[in-house]
Amino acid sequence: MATAAAHHHDEHPAGITRWLFTTNHKDIGTLYLSLALVMFFVGGAMALVIRAELFQPGLQITEPHFYNQMVTLHALVMIFGVVMPALVGFANWQLPLMLGAPDMALPRLNNWSFWILPFAFTLLLSTVFMQGQGGAPAAGWTLYAPLSIQGGIGTDFTILSIHMMGISSVLSAINVIATILNMRAPGVTLMKMPLFAWTWLITAFLLIGAMPVLAGAVTMLLTDRHFGTHFFDAAGGGDPVLFQHVFWFFGHPEVYILILPAFGIISQVIPTFSRKPLFGYNSMVYATVSIALLSHVVWAHHMFTVGMPIAGELFFMYATMLIAVPTGVKIFNWIATMWRGALTFETPMLFAIAFVILFTIGGLSGLMLAIAPADFQYQDTYFVVAHFHYVIVTGSVIAIFAGVYFWLPKWTGHMYNEWLGKWHFWLTMIGTNLTFFPMHFLGLAGMQRRVPDYALQFTDFNQWATVGAFIFGFSQLLFLYLIVQTVRGGERATAQVWEGADGLEWTLPSPPPYHSFATPPEIK
Amino acid sequence: MCVVRKLGRRVLSRLVSAVALAAPSLAVADYALNFQRPVTSIAQRILELHNLIFVICMAIFVIVFAFMLYSIVVHRKSRGHKPATFHDNVKLEMVWTVIPFLILVGMAIPSTATLIEMSDVSKAEMTVKITGYQWKWRYDYLDHDIGYFSNLSTPREQIEGKAPKGEHYLLEVDNPIVLPVGKKVRFLMTANDVIHSWWVPQLGIKTDAIPGFINEAWTNINEPGVYRGVCAELCGQDHAFMPIVVNAVTPEEFDQWVVAQKKIALADATSANKTWTREELMIKGKQVFQTCAACHGVNGEGVGQFPKLAGSKIATGPIAAHLSIVLRGKPGTVMQAFGPQLNDVDIAAVITYERNSFGNKTGDMIQPAQVKAAR
Repeated sequence: MATAAAHHHDEHPAGITRWLFTTNHKDIGTLYLSLALVMFFVGGAMALVIRAELFQPGLQITEPHFYNQMVTLHALVMIFGVVMPALVGFANWQLPLMLGAPDMALPRLNNWSFWILPFAFTLLLSTVFMQGQGGAPAAGWTLYAPLSIQGGIGTDFTILSIHMMGISSVLSAINVIATILNMRAPGVTLMKMPLFAWTWLITAFLLIGAMPVLAGAVTMLLTDRHFGTHFFDAAGGGDPVLFQHVFWFFGHPEVYILILPAFGIISQVIPTFSRKPLFGYNSMVYATVSIALLSHVVWAHHMFTVGMPIAGELFFMYATMLIAVPTGVKIFNWIATMWRGALTFETPMLFAIAFVILFTIGGLSGLMLAIAPADFQYQDTYFVVAHFHYVIVTGSVIAIFAGVYFWLPKWTGHMYNEWLGKWHFWLTMIGTNLTFFPMHFLGLAGMQRRVPDYALQFTDFNQWATVGAFIFGFSQLLFLYLIVQTVRGGERATAQVWEGADGLEWTLPSPPPYHSFATPPEIK
Repeated sequence: MCVVRKLGRRVLSRLVSAVALAAPSLAVADYALNFQRPVTSIAQRILELHNLIFVICMAIFVIVFAFMLYSIVVHRKSRGHKPATFHDNVKLEMVWTVIPFLILVGMAIPSTATLIEMSDVSKAEMTVKITGYQWKWRYDYLDHDIGYFSNLSTPREQIEGKAPKGEHYLLEVDNPIVLPVGKKVRFLMTANDVIHSWWVPQLGIKTDAIPGFINEAWTNINEPGVYRGVCAELCGQDHAFMPIVVNAVTPEEFDQWVVAQKKIALADATSANKTWTREELMIKGKQVFQTCAACHGVNGEGVGQFPKLAGSKIATGPIAAHLSIVLRGKPGTVMQAFGPQLNDVDIAAVITYERNSFGNKTGDMIQPAQVKAAR
């Protein structure tokens, strides 16, 4: 293989032990990204079960209980198994390269934080095969009590699995913070770091703040289920709404955990293909920090209908609306970066532009959802489903696509097939928009979420959505093929890869040596 | 402020009517794109607020992305455009921080007003307590001493595709909630088991029904009609199958309905005292069993994790144990206590039916009076 020469001085065990015992940031990054890719197809298959059932009214292919299991697992897998590991994978690969470091600060911890995950997901997914004992969790990924108290043994498996995922996330967050604060090459000051590093630094703090809260919530659930506590049972002096407060105190920062590193990726891609520096770097950093701070005081906007006092409703409405300001700043900065640049439209740029447009749709519907009185009509409808798929799928997921196309030549040393990449882009655009756009209308017209069956007037849009979902789902096979093809060979990539690329990672050859910067790079 | 709101409404109503006029020519008549027609002043206010925010969001979107589109078309490398080098502009950044903030303040003012109006449950003329159950609703008219359950009435065959679906598929019930128009009605929401959410879009109400807690909401319906809604909070396997039907009638019709309900309650009480034949119990039991069929299967075969009744120990064992589990439920499972939900006749009938159907042949039966004694 052509790349063998570049690797000749890298010593590592061969075969499976290389991956089991690795402490190398690139190998661990690859493991994270591979896990995310596998889970993407697992979670996607569940989504297709859901969409197939919803193709027409009536029950065709699933029992309602199994449908609820699919809804629950789809969300858990996509959030904890796809978006989070993929973003951690990017952090592992890119942070040392971007900061001029030889590796992550805590390599053994890094190994451990990855290898928890396959076991966590084995535990979670095994519940599908326990149909006799109640099957997989079926109370939605939000696991609201008291419904989740009723669940079978699958719920306990899920709780333990969430604990493992939480430990994994917190460990990788610690590693990211330690790396960014300690491992930067001389001259790389905080305010000179690539924005991707900034967004990950802030995300890591969010993870440390949020994941233990989720752990607390599910532990209380576990003791309510088995050890006679009544945290969420009014009959014992508890309160079901307490669960929602604790859950969303985790859940809303979690939303930003899923999107901030995506912002970071986009902030690397757009300047590269605009051949112009990122506009408003400082305000980007401040906007990210303020989004992270605000994200801790908006949680109850997920709960406007639970019967909060009016003062609470107003506070959470105002605070939520406020998030639009720093988010707007980011959108404007990206457009200003493109303004008067010299634009080219390679696949990463296409995904990045689509991200800015489609994420804004999700952001604006989020602003609508923040308006509490109107939210009484939107809450728990397909309007919400449309909203969060616009921010997570056409936000985080396509930012991940952009990042993969952007850095794959660096990682593998081969250019990907641009023609196939563009096909993947356009099919993804058609698929996602056909799937998620009609859901806005379904929600406004009165279709509630998490149902396997619906009234007849919702049939047409549901059929559109199902067709879109299958287009989206199957076009990801193209993505898989393209990655395998690029890893196996292809046109040699230069160190620079992209004409407009700027940053330390582009000073290393493609692929970079096994140990990135053995001596710190010179910073001009 | 008031002037601004009026102006806003006028502009909006023009916009909306313009869209409405254009709609048929776009052949989108079959596709509902916006809220259902409001029938209360609150629902109307919410719709106007929604339209206002939506129009503002659309305007922002169009303006912002016009810049991006221009850039994509003009600032291309392939057109030979040379990149500029600017990367900061404090004044511009101040402007696009302050302007969105001002827009948000503009949105917050009407939103706050509407929210305050929605939360004012004072001066209600009557009160209905709404209780969510897995998977049905119960309505208790606290001022009229009436209470009953409201179950999905769409036949199982339609859901399973064995019969053509009716016009109001999944949006029809056996006993709708009946409300007088032109009166302020207060709702007290609670639940028996898990969290449900009572949502009727045309009334502009969605309020969670939470076990052990009581939430308040209110409505004042403008015109008689039938308004349909659903449970909006995931509440287990039959979440999709517990709709809401509101029958809004004139106050006179409402009073007549109250009288009729009381007569029915009296008749039920009498029938509980008579001795029923086995055939009568079996016919009645088959109807009541529809409630049980969601988990135990139409033919007692069990659904998923839920136990079958055909040949089960309980349905073929001692009748007292069978009665006890129906009356008191099985704690920690979905098998709830049906004692408070079903009357003596229903329980006697369904137990008799379960013991003598699906191949079970105990040959025994139980009378409503025995159920009463066991409570």
